[in-house]
Amino acid sequence: MPETDTTFGDYGGQYVPEALMPAIEELTDAYERYVLNNEDGFMDEFRERIRDFGGRPTPLQRADNLSERYDRDIYLKREDLLHGGAHKLNNALGQVLLAKYMGKERIIAETGAGQHGTATAMAAAHLDMPCEIYMGRRDVNRQRPNVFRMRINGAEVNPVDTGRGTLKEAISETMRDWATTVENTHYVIGSIVGPAPFPAMVRDFHRIISEETRRQTREQYGRLPDSVVACAGGGSNTMGIFADFTSDSPFSTAPDSNTDADDDVSLFAVEAGGSSLDVDEERGVAPNSASLSTGSEGVLHGARTKLLQNSDGQIMESHSVSSGLDYAGVGPELAKLVDDERVTPVNVDDDAALEAFHRLSQEEGIIPALETAHALAFLETETDADLGEFVVVNVSGRGDKDLEAALEETAQRDIPNAPAMEVFDE
Amino acid sequence: MSNPAIDAAFADEPAFIPYLAAGDPSYDASLEYVEALARGGADIIELGLPFSEPIAEGSTIQNAIVRSLQGGMTVGRYFEFVTDLDVDVPVVCMTYYNLIYQYGDEPGPEPFVRKAKSVGIDGFVVPDLPAEEADPLREACDEHGLDLVFIVAPTTDDERLDRLVSLSSGYLYVQARLGVTGARDDVSSETTSSLDRLAAYDIPKAVGFGIKTGEHARDIIAGGADGIIVGSALVDIIAEGTEADAPTEETAAELESLCEELKAGALEGAQ
Repeated sequence: MPETDTTFGDYGGQYVPEALMPAIEELTDAYERYVLNNEDGFMDEFRERIRDFGGRPTPLQRADNLSERYDRDIYLKREDLLHGGAHKLNNALGQVLLAKYMGKERIIAETGAGQHGTATAMAAAHLDMPCEIYMGRRDVNRQRPNVFRMRINGAEVNPVDTGRGTLKEAISETMRDWATTVENTHYVIGSIVGPAPFPAMVRDFHRIISEETRRQTREQYGRLPDSVVACAGGGSNTMGIFADFTSDSPFSTAPDSNTDADDDVSLFAVEAGGSSLDVDEERGVAPNSASLSTGSEGVLHGARTKLLQNSDGQIMESHSVSSGLDYAGVGPELAKLVDDERVTPVNVDDDAALEAFHRLSQEEGIIPALETAHALAFLETETDADLGEFVVVNVSGRGDKDLEAALEETAQRDIPNAPAMEVFDE
Repeated sequence: MSNPAIDAAFADEPAFIPYLAAGDPSYDASLEYVEALARGGADIIELGLPFSEPIAEGSTIQNAIVRSLQGGMTVGRYFEFVTDLDVDVPVVCMTYYNLIYQYGDEPGPEPFVRKAKSVGIDGFVVPDLPAEEADPLREACDEHGLDLVFIVAPTTDDERLDRLVSLSSGYLYVQARLGVTGARDDVSSETTSSLDRLAAYDIPKAVGFGIKTGEHARDIIAGGADGIIVGSALVDIIAEGTEADAPTEETAAELESLCEELKAGALEGAQ
C-alpha cells in the first residue's frame, strides 16, 4: 500500500519553499512507485547492489568481553562493516539509485561527520552520477579523512562558512543549492529528517538493518532481544534498527511483526548530552544535541519535529564531541515514537562517549565511530535492569574518521581508560 | 478577504515593494533605513523578521539576518520596531514559519497573527510555508483581516498555481527565477513566461528575486507585472555602509535614492 501520509502524528510535513514543492511531489510519486511498490524491480536492484557492492548482510556479533563486563548478552550489529564504514550507504545507495530511475542528472548532499557524504560519493561513483557535497567548515576540519575520501571518489566538497559550520548550516546550504537546480538535481538527505517523503523513505532504505537483526537474533539467540540501543542525532541508524521492532507503530510494515511479542523489545535512542543539558538561551547555544530529551516542537529544514530552540523559535547552536550527532533537530518519526513512549530517549555526555570509544577499542578490538560510542556509553551508565538479558547495540559506523578528533578531545580531558596520547616525533 | 491598505497600493500604478531585515545592522539605524524606503516611494514594505535558518535566502539577505540577530533582534523587539516605525505604507512581515508557530502561550499561528495585527502589520510572506501546510495560518489571517501572500515559482505547475492563487490574498509574489534571493544583472526569461501564465488570474502580481535597477523594474512592469519586490540590492547598500562604518544618514540617503530609481523605473514600465 502506498504511504501517502506526510506526517507522523503531529510531526513531519513539508515546510519548504514553493520552488521545491513540485520536486517533492515528483519524489513522493517515485518513492511510492519504486520503493513501496517495487516498480521496474527497483527494490530488487537495490537489494542486489546493497549486497554485492555494500557487503550486506552485516554480522550480528556477540561481544564476549562486554557481555562479561555487563553480565548480559551484548550483541553488536556491525554496520561499521558495511562498505564505507557506516550504515549510511543503505540510504545513499537507495537514493542515488532512485535518482537514476527518476532521470535526475546530478546529486547533492549535506554531511556532518562526513560518513553520509562519503557514502553518497561512493554510491554516485558506483552509479556514475556527478556529486557535490556541502559540509560545515568546522566539520571539514574535524573530519579530514572523510573529506579526502569524498574527493577521491570524485565528489566536489563545498565547505560552508555560515553559523558554527556544522550539519545544520550544511543542510541549509544544500537546500539553497537544490532550490536553484531542482529541475535536474536530487538532494540525497542523509537522515530521517527533512520534508516528507524523506523521513519515511530514508527509514525504508535503512529498514534492512532491523530486518537482518530480527532474523539474526532468532537464528543466533533463539528469540528477539530484550532491548535495542542506538545512538540518535538525526536518527537514521536509530530508525534503521528500530523500524521492524515498533510493531505498535502504524508505520511498521514488517511482514512478520506479529509473530513475536515485539512490545517487549525496549528501544533506547541515545543522544549526545554534550558537556551539559543546560542551555544558554541568551547566546542561543545548547551545549548538547539532545533534542529528543530536551527539545520542543517546532519547524526546521522542512519538518515539524523536536528541536533545540529558544523561546522565540530561533534554532540553537548544538554541540557534541561527535560531529555526526551535532544537530539541533531529529527525525519526526522518532519524535512521535518518543511521545508515544515506544522509544525511550536517553543521553550520555562527551566524556562518557570518549570513555566508551576507548573501551570498545580495547576490549573488543573494534574502534567505533564517536556517534556509536554514545550508544555504548549508555551500557556503562545505565545501572537499573531495564535493558534485560539480551541487548543489541547498533554499531552505526567505524571510528577511523574520528581518530584525529578523538585523540584531540581525549588529550584535553581526564578520560580514565585512555591510552597514552603523546606523539612520537623522533 | 484582501486587506484594503494592500489593495490600495496596487490600485492606480505599479507597486514598488522594497524589503529590509528589521534590525539590520542595529535597531535605531534600521528604523532610519526603513523610513528611507518610504520616502523613496515604497508602496508596501516587506519587513523581514530574522530567522536563524533562512533556507530561501541567498548570502546577501542571510548576512543581513545574521547582523540583525547579532544586533539583538527578537520577535518581541520586532513588534516594537513596527510600532516605532513612522511610515504611512502597509507593512508585510516576511519570516519563516517556526517563529510564527512558536509565538505566544499556545502553539499555532493565531497568537502571532493577533499580535501582528495589533502593531499594524497588514500581511505575511512565509517562504517555507507551501500551500500544503498553510491552512492554520490562512485561517488566522482571515480571522484578523491580514493578507497571506504566496510565492509562485518557475517550477509551479498549473494545478499548483490554481491552488496558490485561491489561497493567496493581497498579491502573488512571483519568483522571477529559480534559486534563492540575490541581486542579478539581468532579467530572467523565466519572468516573462511566468507573467504570461499568470495573466489570466485576477490578483496583483509582484515580481521579486534579482531585481537591482530601474531598468529591470521598467522591463518587468512592461512585461505585465503589477509590482516589483526588491531586497538584496537594497540590503547591499546597508552591508556596504556597515562595512565602511558610514554614517546612518548617508546610507539612508543612498537607499532612498535607489528606491526613487526603482519606483521611477516601475512607473516608466507602466506607460
